[in-house]
Amino acid sequence: MSKVRVATTSLAGCFGCHMSFLDLDERLVPLADVVEFNRSPITDIKHCGPCDIGLIEGGVCNAENVHVLREFRNNCKILVAVGACAINGGLPAMRNSVPLEACLREAYLDGIGVENAHIPNDPELPLLLNKVHPIHEVVKIDYSLPGCPPSADVFWKFLTDLIAGREPGLDYDLVHYD
Amino acid sequence: MESFIKQLTEKYQHQSTQLLMILREVQAQYFHVPSQAIDLLVTQLDVPKTQILGVIEFYSFLSATPRGRYDIYISDSITDHMLGKKAVADYLCEKLHTPLGTVRADGLVSIANSSCTGLCDQGPAILVNGHAVGRLNKARIDEIAALIQQKTPVTEWPTSLLQVDDNVQKSGLLLDSHLEKGAAIEAAWQRGLEQTLHEVEKAGLRGRGGAGYTTAWKWHLCYEGYEEDSFCDISVHKQPQRYVVCNADEGEPGTFKDRILLNSYAHELIEGMTLCASIIKSNQGFIYLRGEYLHLYSKLNAVIAERRAAGLLGANILGKNFDFDVEVRLGLGAYICGEESALIESLEGKMGVPRNRPPYPVTSGYLNKPTVVNNVETFVAAAHIGLHGGDWFAAHGTEKSKGTKILSISGDCARPGIYEYPFGTTIKTILEDCGAEDVLGIQVGGPSGTFISNKEFDRKIAFEDLATGGSFIIFNSSRDIFEIVRNFTHFFAHESCGFCTPCRVGTSLMKNQYDKICTGHGSTGDVRELQEIAKLVKSTSHCGLGQTAAQPILTTLERYPELYNAKLKQISFEPGFDLDGSLAIARKLTGRDDSNAHLAQVEEE
Amino acid sequence: MTGTKHITIDGQTVPFEEGQTIMEAAAAAGVYIPHLCHHPEFTPHGSCKLCTVKVNGRSASSCTFPAAEGQEVLNNSDELNADRKRLTQMLFVEGNHFCPSCEKSGNCQLQAVGYHLNMLDNHYPHFFALRDVDASHPDVLVDRNRCIFCSLCVRASHQEGKDVFGIVGRGINKHLAVNSESGKLADSDLSVDDRAAHICPTGAILVRGTAFKVPIGQRLYDHHDIDEVSLGASHE
Repeated sequence: MSKVRVATTSLAGCFGCHMSFLDLDERLVPLADVVEFNRSPITDIKHCGPCDIGLIEGGVCNAENVHVLREFRNNCKILVAVGACAINGGLPAMRNSVPLEACLREAYLDGIGVENAHIPNDPELPLLLNKVHPIHEVVKIDYSLPGCPPSADVFWKFLTDLIAGREPGLDYDLVHYD
Repeated sequence: MESFIKQLTEKYQHQSTQLLMILREVQAQYFHVPSQAIDLLVTQLDVPKTQILGVIEFYSFLSATPRGRYDIYISDSITDHMLGKKAVADYLCEKLHTPLGTVRADGLVSIANSSCTGLCDQGPAILVNGHAVGRLNKARIDEIAALIQQKTPVTEWPTSLLQVDDNVQKSGLLLDSHLEKGAAIEAAWQRGLEQTLHEVEKAGLRGRGGAGYTTAWKWHLCYEGYEEDSFCDISVHKQPQRYVVCNADEGEPGTFKDRILLNSYAHELIEGMTLCASIIKSNQGFIYLRGEYLHLYSKLNAVIAERRAAGLLGANILGKNFDFDVEVRLGLGAYICGEESALIESLEGKMGVPRNRPPYPVTSGYLNKPTVVNNVETFVAAAHIGLHGGDWFAAHGTEKSKGTKILSISGDCARPGIYEYPFGTTIKTILEDCGAEDVLGIQVGGPSGTFISNKEFDRKIAFEDLATGGSFIIFNSSRDIFEIVRNFTHFFAHESCGFCTPCRVGTSLMKNQYDKICTGHGSTGDVRELQEIAKLVKSTSHCGLGQTAAQPILTTLERYPELYNAKLKQISFEPGFDLDGSLAIARKLTGRDDSNAHLAQVEEE
Repeated sequence: MTGTKHITIDGQTVPFEEGQTIMEAAAAAGVYIPHLCHHPEFTPHGSCKLCTVKVNGRSASSCTFPAAEGQEVLNNSDELNADRKRLTQMLFVEGNHFCPSCEKSGNCQLQAVGYHLNMLDNHYPHFFALRDVDASHPDVLVDRNRCIFCSLCVRASHQEGKDVFGIVGRGINKHLAVNSESGKLADSDLSVDDRAAHICPTGAILVRGTAFKVPIGQRLYDHHDIDEVSLGASHE
């Protein structure tokens, strides 16, 4: 039987969900028997190939996030929003109450201790969106795993369900928004 | 300001129930409600500041920030749009140098949109400091602009501008003739009040607001109380203060029939209220007049004064040892106040938030006393029944819908205006009478009613088929269904009182979702989603507003699925916000315009 | 047993006393009906609509609807719970509910109802509304981002004769207002001992200095479903 192909990425997130995934610890070994990783910080593969499952951490805060998210959507049969930021923007979305212009001015022009005041404008840098958005507002999402981060048990339950061909479900103890 | 507020509150006897009337005058004096006035009113009326703040923010015609000395509201009803509202509004704004939604720098003019002002048969219409001006065109706007430039008070404007026509095109049972003043009351006392209530029952009169509750039962329940209450001490439940309230807050877009009744049949209306009062033993009545009908306020008061002088209102009416009087209270721009319990809250000087029911107003209404709330047309019909008896009325209409219905006809027809028909009249007959051709569909009963297509002209105006409060908007085949439904959907989101979750959040979600589909950004999933929200809002909302807010969407989805399908993109998903637009600020701040500084809304294949 | 009246909830016979609402009868019988704006000690409000049930086939808010002999009430059905989940999601997208940054997390009823209904995402587009925080009061903080308009603080403060809070405005622009000349909480009559300071089901009104006495992960709803917590409280 061929392995299930999984890709992961972090958009506007803190990689905390990835760290939590690694908390699977010794369960990573049996998982590796049935799962093969494509694009992911774990593999350092830079672009997503055809996959069964894509795990997205983080919300959408800039233009690059949109491109990456679309690449995942185009290549993954099942796309999963992982963690609070992917689901509702999370902590990065708390900047939504401050106008973008004020954010950038404070950070690069007017803030205390700023030297060589100028807003970075290298074409290599992704531009910020006015607001940070949850990923379901940009592409279609199939499943969501809440938590900040979702615990390793959540990943385990979800992946083992999917791999076994069961409809994934999370019991009460596995559902947390914090 | 202190002396002004003091005089004002004295005029209204420091009653917090008069808060709306008081704030209306403060707004007129200062073009807003200044915070100093709020603090003074807190002391003078002994109400929490939050109640006053709540009222100011709740009602469209009050403002906490200064409006122009000429405060203009443009009616944004679909009927005004069909008569060229957009062009007229643009010209008005240009002529007065005031963009829509702003206050001019010199403070002379402010312009904003408003929900339907009830001049659908003579639009496009505006309100200037509360006064209605209809049939707007360039010439009339030039005239208005000149008057404003000369700072002529609106009350001194030529009648040619302020004239509002009745526009009765077809009269019937109620509109054919006027009752002799006091005749119905006299007849009722002669017949006996119990017997008169029986006549109202025999007439089969049902509420004309649209819901159609049997009027005689409402009056009976108000007097007797519900069966379970009859166990309490008879002296308690037989002697309470009771109120008669006339709901003259017709806010349903496309309806204006009460305007005519209030203007030309006010005697019949008040006679009907007096009749009701004599039966239920009430000594105080209110007419809750929508703020948009300010032009009828002094007329109504004149009729009331005339009736007092004639011994038809006040103490010992017609020597029957029966006291009853009527007070007119003005609304301030809130559609929800047409819902009877919201209306009562508003009468009490509060935000118009519908109450939980039970208890119903008939047992616990104004100031928690038993209260009958009836539509203007219902009281007018009751007056006629009081004189002519139940059989006379019941001889018209259908088995379940007796008598006649007054329709406000607007939109695409040769002769818009007021039409009175026996219940059971077909749509086909109505369309022929008003000269409607090439009809695409009709909104019967306004946005909260039913949109019928041109395959349904054999249907009838009746509670058992097409129930209506009177709004009847005709659309010909040049009209765009999506623009119609969009206008209505925005209307409901604007008018939701915000009390319950499904209506407060759901009407805004529907609005955004509908805009997305309308502007060609919807996918199949978006229509499914829209339908799901619509059903949820309909089934879980607190009151009639939320329960009907999805009607325009649901009734057109059912009738025109092919039109909706044609609007959809052949993609599975498109973001609900403008991706590239969302980069505009960052582009501006960085001065970038390279290809990486842009995003396509939908990914190129 | 003559004189005792009954309704059925999901087929289960539930007795009630004259004057009880369906919610009250249900709670007394150990039947949980999800709710947020209802609190047994205050006048029912009927605004959150989570407690919507079918009474003889028609939708009604169980917190305000009187129980009456022979009513057949449908409560714990897939369809009603699906509606409740959507209503909860509406509350989440309407405000700014970022649980990881909220000190009420784990003790929050909005969150707990979400857990109970197995709500895993917010489903709708977010409004990201701009709302104010009032940190003027030395003992109590108001964060309007988390207000769900249940009016419990309004009712509690009214009952205390203070009327510190009010919900003002219309439609989606509704907001929580404070009854003081400046509009700030510090200038109001609120005291930290007021019931109104402690009644908020979410993190919109917080008592300062209590934030992390109980660590995240060990809080009320981290391990107890709100159905048992709610019924436990009403049995006390």
